[in-house]
Amino acid sequence: MMAMSKKILEQEPSEIEMLLPWHAAGTLNARDARRVDEALVRDPELARQYAVIREEYAETIHLNESLGAPSARAMQKLFAAIDDEPARNPSASLNLSARISEFFAKLSPRTLAWSASLGALALLLQAGVIGAILVKNQAASYQTASLSMNEPVTRNLGAGRPPRALVRFAPDARVADITALLDSYQASIVDGAQGGLFQLQFGNKAMTKDEVAGLMSKLQSEKTVSLAVPAQ
Amino acid sequence: MQVLYGRHHVRVFRFGLRLVRNEQIAEDLISEVFLDVWRQAGKFEGRSAVSTWLLAITRFKALSALRRRKDAELDDEAASAIEDTSDDPEVAVQKKDTGEALRRCLTALSPEHREVVDLVYYHEKSVEEVAEIVGIPENTVKTRLFYARKKLAELLKAAGVERGWP
Repeated sequence: MMAMSKKILEQEPSEIEMLLPWHAAGTLNARDARRVDEALVRDPELARQYAVIREEYAETIHLNESLGAPSARAMQKLFAAIDDEPARNPSASLNLSARISEFFAKLSPRTLAWSASLGALALLLQAGVIGAILVKNQAASYQTASLSMNEPVTRNLGAGRPPRALVRFAPDARVADITALLDSYQASIVDGAQGGLFQLQFGNKAMTKDEVAGLMSKLQSEKTVSLAVPAQ
Repeated sequence: MQVLYGRHHVRVFRFGLRLVRNEQIAEDLISEVFLDVWRQAGKFEGRSAVSTWLLAITRFKALSALRRRKDAELDDEAASAIEDTSDDPEVAVQKKDTGEALRRCLTALSPEHREVVDLVYYHEKSVEEVAEIVGIPENTVKTRLFYARKKLAELLKAAGVERGWP
């Protein structure tokens, strides 16, 4: 009977016994590790087997570490093969927010900070020019050179184009905040980071002067925006 | 890709080398593995660790490479013959180096036993991860490693090393 039990045991290892190698490697979950620990304490035979397993574990690592590393040829072959692959445009499938995030991600915080500081002077000059234009409150127009006795044919240059603004973001604004702001205003960056200013375009429809003024006022009140002025 | 390669290429190489037993083929293998990763990066769903994904691809490529090399295809006997060019386990024991005998016997295991031993001990893969890499049920992973260890004990015993188990 004992011999038969032993034979059965030899053929059918217990669940705990089969988990010992993973226990030695430290890859069991907490519950199983606890079960194995408890079994090791109460079963000296299992503990002896565990000592053997730890030896196998150490020598398997030793054996694999002795295999060395591949030569540089493998890497050269790989990157030559990658160069031969058809060109891909991974950004083509990205949505607007992802592209904007990617754009900002390319700029380090230090770059953003420096560009903001260096742009301060240019900002003041630009703001002055823009302000003067607003005060004049006149839409740019041109007159045709045709000879006519009637009223001159004029075309409003500002008409039909969505409004744009020069915006400087707050130094502590995070990329996520900026992308959220752009999404909420349906805005996109059309020119970026020159002197710390970004040129934003809002929506795809033209606005009246009052609407633009309201937009600028609202934009200026945003936490992530330190300055917003209309752009031509 | 350079970061991924830098982080994983040595382990991928060693896993491949243990399967194909030829450095040249193992080096070709890692180029193929990482090129596949480059092509299929979009298919990686992040449900398993990157290393698990890489080892599964490596295993598949290694087996394909072995099938291609029909003239050099290794069965257990042929593998043992190649490994026995230097000290065999008996000689190692004569040198009173049990560790080396153990390493020799680990090398002499069958490919199925070798890969499961390496994945668990060296690559530190869980039962679930080994099942994913090898493509077998989790219970089979456990029993396969158990019998790999028994085979290892038999090889050591034949070499004169008695460890008290089984």
